[in-house]
Amino acid sequence: MDKTVKAEGRSIDSAAPRETQSAAKSASRGRAKPPATTRLGVAKTYKLYINGKFPRTESGRYFTVVDSKGNIAANMCRASRKDFREAVLAARSAFSGWADASAYLRGQILYRVAEMLEARAEQFVTELKLMGVDKRTASREVTAAIDCLVYYAGWTDKYQQVFSAVNPVASSHFNFSILEPVGVVSVLTGQNSALLGFVEAIAPVIAGGNTAIALAPEQNPLCAISFAEVLHSSDVPAGVINILSGYRKELAEQFSSHMDINAIIANSNDASEIKIIQEQAANNIKRVIIRTKPIAPDPYQIIDVQETKTTWHPIGG
Amino acid sequence: MNKAAAPHTLNFDTGWAYSPAPESTDHVHIEDQYKLFIGGKFVAPKSGKYFDTINPANEKVLARVAQAGAADVDRAVTAARDAYDTDWSKMKPAERGKYIYRIARIIQERAREFAVIESMDGGKPIREARDVDIPLAAAHFFYYAGWADKLDYAFPCRTPQSLGVAGQIIPWNFPLLMAAWKIAPALACGNTVVLKPAETTPLTALKLAEVIEAADLPPGVVNILTGDGSTGAAIVNHEDVNKIAFTGSTNVGRIIQRALAGTDKRYTLELGGKAANIIFADAAIDQAVEGVVNAIFFNQGHVCCAGSRLLVQESVADEVIAKLKERMQTLIVGDPLDKNTDIGAINSAEQLERINAYLDLGLEEGAEMFQCGGKNPDKGYWCQPTLFTNVAQSHRIVREEIFGPVLAIQTFRTLDEAVAKANNTQYGLSGGIWTDKGAKIFSVGAKMRAGVIWANTFNKFDPTSPFGGYKESGVGREGGMHGLSAYLDLH
Amino acid sequence: MAQMAKTVVMIAPKPDQAPRVDQVGVDERVARFRSRSIKKASKVEALNLVLSQIDLTTLEGQDTPGKVRQLCQKAMRLHDSLPDIPHVAAVCVYPMMVAEAKKALGASGIKVASVATSFPSGMAPSEVKLEEIKLAVGLGADEIDMVISRGKFLEGKYQEVFDEIVACKEACGDAHLKVILETGELGTLDRVRYASLLAMQAGADFIKTSTGKIQPAATMPVTLVMLQAIRDYYYDTGRMVGMKPAGGISKAKLAIHYLVMLRETLGEAWMSPDWFRFGASSLANDVLMQLQKQQTGIYQSEDYFSKD
Repeated sequence: MDKTVKAEGRSIDSAAPRETQSAAKSASRGRAKPPATTRLGVAKTYKLYINGKFPRTESGRYFTVVDSKGNIAANMCRASRKDFREAVLAARSAFSGWADASAYLRGQILYRVAEMLEARAEQFVTELKLMGVDKRTASREVTAAIDCLVYYAGWTDKYQQVFSAVNPVASSHFNFSILEPVGVVSVLTGQNSALLGFVEAIAPVIAGGNTAIALAPEQNPLCAISFAEVLHSSDVPAGVINILSGYRKELAEQFSSHMDINAIIANSNDASEIKIIQEQAANNIKRVIIRTKPIAPDPYQIIDVQETKTTWHPIGG
Repeated sequence: MNKAAAPHTLNFDTGWAYSPAPESTDHVHIEDQYKLFIGGKFVAPKSGKYFDTINPANEKVLARVAQAGAADVDRAVTAARDAYDTDWSKMKPAERGKYIYRIARIIQERAREFAVIESMDGGKPIREARDVDIPLAAAHFFYYAGWADKLDYAFPCRTPQSLGVAGQIIPWNFPLLMAAWKIAPALACGNTVVLKPAETTPLTALKLAEVIEAADLPPGVVNILTGDGSTGAAIVNHEDVNKIAFTGSTNVGRIIQRALAGTDKRYTLELGGKAANIIFADAAIDQAVEGVVNAIFFNQGHVCCAGSRLLVQESVADEVIAKLKERMQTLIVGDPLDKNTDIGAINSAEQLERINAYLDLGLEEGAEMFQCGGKNPDKGYWCQPTLFTNVAQSHRIVREEIFGPVLAIQTFRTLDEAVAKANNTQYGLSGGIWTDKGAKIFSVGAKMRAGVIWANTFNKFDPTSPFGGYKESGVGREGGMHGLSAYLDLH
Repeated sequence: MAQMAKTVVMIAPKPDQAPRVDQVGVDERVARFRSRSIKKASKVEALNLVLSQIDLTTLEGQDTPGKVRQLCQKAMRLHDSLPDIPHVAAVCVYPMMVAEAKKALGASGIKVASVATSFPSGMAPSEVKLEEIKLAVGLGADEIDMVISRGKFLEGKYQEVFDEIVACKEACGDAHLKVILETGELGTLDRVRYASLLAMQAGADFIKTSTGKIQPAATMPVTLVMLQAIRDYYYDTGRMVGMKPAGGISKAKLAIHYLVMLRETLGEAWMSPDWFRFGASSLANDVLMQLQKQQTGIYQSEDYFSKD
């Protein structure tokens, strides 16, 4: 696996941005020192989200996210391949339960996620602002993310009707094709949208009964990890969505090579990254969905990670 | 009731045997040598090379066919691109459809000739070529012809666009049928085609070239290149191909998927399988036994979706195995052109060697082998239908695709155990369920991770029915409305 | 079997003791039999076997002793220009005609089969049916073709149907008992399968599809299911039961495909008139025409073959 990367003359590790294990710029975690009369703020620790729990990375590594003013916004977990492996285990064991959940229930849960996000909208606006997004744009992004969840919540019990088929075979058989989730899906979300892009990438995956391991946008991971807290309070079963933060160059190969991943979705414009993903995916004939630009929610993104299952049965007395 | 416990057996070595009933070949014309079909003409290969295609039932050379090299591939792709730009993508969809209808009709008219050549070149029984391969191939063209001017109705809120030039590489187990599976939807969706038939079975594809000529398709819309793996690789790697459709082994599929990494080429892969056929105690046992026979011995087991594993519920295992063994005694192995032959010749010496290696391996692994002990013809490549019992999930004959008439039988006690064993494989192409209980069909069918579920039947195919696998059995679907999306850009 | 009935209460098998049958699967298997191409020597051999397995039948209200005598003549002398052909297995008539047939057939070796038990409906009290059997046997019938009480069967009174067959078997004495299921009235192959089991367990020597008075009569799918029932019964008990499809088999080609089905389902042991019969009236002539054609190479006309 490493061979591919080295053949291109670069090592994944050396290419990783802002190696920060040696020294953090500031011990104050980016908050301005408060005046003596006001209360000292309590900063949130951002951790991984695996199997419905919030562990730190097993590696003990971290990386620093810097806000728009150059202050340290957070020390993020720099997830390792072992964290990813744990996430895949969680996603695999959650798969059959989630895939077998009724479409109605999946819709209810996605709608519940939307409700929880709405309730915490302020928090996400604040996080986006911290990263330099203006208030109006930030609140538009949050509401769009909520609406995206509502949109896919509505699709859960409809895409099957739109995209299934009864096939008029010539022999004396009843023949129908339905959609089933492809399985465990790894998701490398785009960098340019901290919340909306992340939600748009994973919502159609789980709406269709898959389980997912998603990598938070590397330079802008706060919202994605906070979104895990929304999921956690929304009846989403443990393991259905697992969220890691870390270095994309370090993890992209893992996301695409793991033999127990059935499909990979990557929002990417990076030709060399795309090539690596596609090559590694061939290990187990993964389905590869590359999205080079953001696309508005639509049911075809659910179908991208569905398998068609066709069943035959005789018609007779 | 455990029927096999009774000592009573039947004797199928009857005094009354069927006299030879060979299909006549006098209406069939095979040239001594075939060139490449490029740009609407048969042209000599730039490579200058030819190779023999033989009849695996008697090892006689049927014809010499051209070996397309990289320069020939380039010429064919250029012809396909020109045809795409000047004719095919500009044509009214309804007219495109009418060309495809013509192909369907001519195949129907020449059906017997195709059946005979298919049997001679590939070794399959004439009965199957005649009753399955050729009619289904014609039906496939007929089905997709009708889609040509209706594509807008297939994908809500999308405007489907053709892709361009499709490179298509097909296997030797159903040569004409696989060509139809590839060409028909590609043409209906407005693409042009460069198709490579398998090295050991090129003749019906070349005959199809004659049909395409007779149907008066614009030159270059369909190009047919004979050759080996290197020809296939040249198609896969050609820069001006927009889409690759491949049917074959998972290993080659993996190589292709890797080769296409970093390109914009779309691909569909229809790969290997190791399907489990699950018989529950409440099944219609006699029909289930027949289903197992069709599942593994159809086309000498050279079927990617073959039911090569049998999982039978313990309480009926003895009965099922006993009946299976008796049924196997009535299977006729021999001359593929004889209308009574059930099991024809193995497709090639190479494939026979592979199958025999697995038979040895099965014995080495400690499995118990059963064959009826029929005598093979002196010439040609033959394998008697074979059962292995006393096998475990860890045995290679249970895990790997043998692609021959070899069945591995295991037993189970509970539904969950059956499903777990069925799914414990890298493949996911097909699966069989035999039970009289409807509710069980739906629950087991839903749990089986495979693209085609045959419930109380097996190995059924239809142009309207999507076919394709989960996991390492491939990517995408062929057949039905679902088969269109492989040849369209929907964004 | 009959003696056991006197001392032990015999319990009919329950419907769920018969395996399920999938009709489409049966049809597909039959299609495979029908795709067998039987040519040359194997065809001649088959045609001769078919002839030897025919129960030449007349079961009309207008039957007369004269007609029965003619039929017996035909049974013994099928066609003069074909000297080496076998005679048919039996002549099948109403009880009133048994004596006439017996006399006409003499020592030819051809059996006399008599329908009984208020054929074809079976709508008579059991005592009447048993009397009829005894009468036919008394007049010299070698074989009795009884009908089951379909009404009772469809009502679910399986034990009564079973008991009646047991009693009929006893009444037959040394005569062979063929039990007609009248499959055209049973409705499903599952019922055919179960009725076959019921009849065999009750002591049937043969099971038979039809009276010929109800459509559909014999079909290959129905016959296949009955053959499979015979095979399973043989596996279980070691007792061979014979099979007789009747009605609707009038062409040699179809009859040969029945033989293909027989061969590939039950094998060598059943390939004889002892274990397989065709109940037919016009089949013999078509077989004769085919045999003549095989000998001469020329296609034949019905006008050259006697119709009796």
